[in-house]
Amino acid sequence: MIDVKNLSKSYGETLAVDNISFEVQKGEILGFLGPNGAGKTTTMKILTCFMPPTSGDVTIDGLPIWQDSLEIRQKIGYLPEQNPLYHDMSVLDYLRFVAELRRIPKESVKSRIKYIVEVCGLKEVITRIIGELSKGYRQRVGLAQAMIHDPQILILDEPTSGLDPNQIVEIRNLIRELGKEKTVILSTHILSEVQATCNRAIIVNEGEIVADGALADLQSTFHGLDKINLEIKAPENGCAEKLRAIDYVKQVTEKEAADELHQYVVEVEKGHDLREQIFDLSVREGWKLLELHQESTSLEDVFRQLTRG
Amino acid sequence: MRNICSIYKKELNSYFNSPVAYIVITVFLLFSGWFFSSNFFLMGQATVRTALTVIPLIFIFFVPAITMRSIAEEKKSGTIELLVTMPTRDMDIILGKFFAALTLLIIAILFTLGYVITAGLLGNLDGGPTFGGYLGLILLGSTYLAIGIFASSTTENQIVAFIIGFAIIFVFFMLDKVLIFMPTSMVSILEYLSTDYHFNSLARGVIDTRDIIYYLSLTAFALVLAGRSLESRKW
Repeated sequence: MIDVKNLSKSYGETLAVDNISFEVQKGEILGFLGPNGAGKTTTMKILTCFMPPTSGDVTIDGLPIWQDSLEIRQKIGYLPEQNPLYHDMSVLDYLRFVAELRRIPKESVKSRIKYIVEVCGLKEVITRIIGELSKGYRQRVGLAQAMIHDPQILILDEPTSGLDPNQIVEIRNLIRELGKEKTVILSTHILSEVQATCNRAIIVNEGEIVADGALADLQSTFHGLDKINLEIKAPENGCAEKLRAIDYVKQVTEKEAADELHQYVVEVEKGHDLREQIFDLSVREGWKLLELHQESTSLEDVFRQLTRG
Repeated sequence: MRNICSIYKKELNSYFNSPVAYIVITVFLLFSGWFFSSNFFLMGQATVRTALTVIPLIFIFFVPAITMRSIAEEKKSGTIELLVTMPTRDMDIILGKFFAALTLLIIAILFTLGYVITAGLLGNLDGGPTFGGYLGLILLGSTYLAIGIFASSTTENQIVAFIIGFAIIFVFFMLDKVLIFMPTSMVSILEYLSTDYHFNSLARGVIDTRDIIYYLSLTAFALVLAGRSLESRKW
């Protein structure tokens, strides 16, 4: 549906997006991940026809983005970063204005607004001036604006910023719901957001794509080390030595020690479950095992591994 | 066309939902009313000529004040990104904003018809110069508005937009006032380019198509420039 080929964008001397290519299929929810300044917003601005790329091609539904710009813009719903809104308009006036610009036929404007107000939970504030609304409500107005014309493609730049935890859950559910029939691209630097909503993630760093794939694949490809968190109660101090002696243990670091309580992080080579050995060891040594749990590589680890220098 | 209309309505609402329109109209009427009445009774003539020739002076700072917000504000708040990613042409945005500002200006000008009525009641008003003067005001006003919108499109700072608009308008206004310092070969060109020269000829009651074409083409030129300036993000 969206086909990006060798896209580059430079602002003067600085290269914001460096030769990236990817495709997005219908019904996909793509998470666009990256540290600040990685080129996420720039890519989105190009996809939404705000500005052209320095080089490269983007086609949407087979239409080149710069030739059929008006046609394509009609298919896209866009929530820009910072969610700009007209603060002197009421919610209803604003949605009506957007509906007109989005070429929604006059007779269905009313029903569309009614529907979107329902979906985004804007009923209580419909007559209020946007400038008076809380940040969460403004974010919902921004989302309503992006979805009012029922676009096939939704491009959301940090859709949940400024929302409270309940609203975040609601918005994520909404995005998942929408993603069943539409194509959604959302950018974020909140990793749990990607885990909660997306079925695919692209990680960008310094303008380049460093990883692209389904979430599960990403996590298994970029295996680092598994971690075991361990808390034991033992009189002696030499526990770390004994833990290190177990096969496949890479490193043992003591997090905290107070009296007889010791907390360790044991890093283990990927694919080996050492919990049993550790249990056996403590039984042999007469340690009292208070905590033992294994963490596998999280998206966070993948992200940090890929985007740090 | 529908887009221009939507943007026009939205802009006009924002003028009248905020104090902008009311302050603009009030201050405009205060100035023009003072100039109309201060020597109206002294001269003892039923004419609105003095008021009409002073209004272009008021326009020099008054019109960029109306338009300084139009695009600069959208750039500053980021709403321009919304507007230009909707299925609208950049020129639709400019035109919608232009016509809204023009409507506000025409409303302000229409209020001064009170002076015309007063003068008409007190004596025999000369119709030609009055009609020509009003036509001139509207044409002159729209030219200044277009220049103001262009100025607003070049920056995201309203004050800068105001000053740029003011400066450009001031230059066009002053062109025929500095003719004595210019070489003779330049005189007719500068005179033709001067906004005030054409206004004076209309305000005499001579409705010449050359003057009308001058204003319309300058307006169109400034609006096209504003459109190009809005598109400059793509360069």
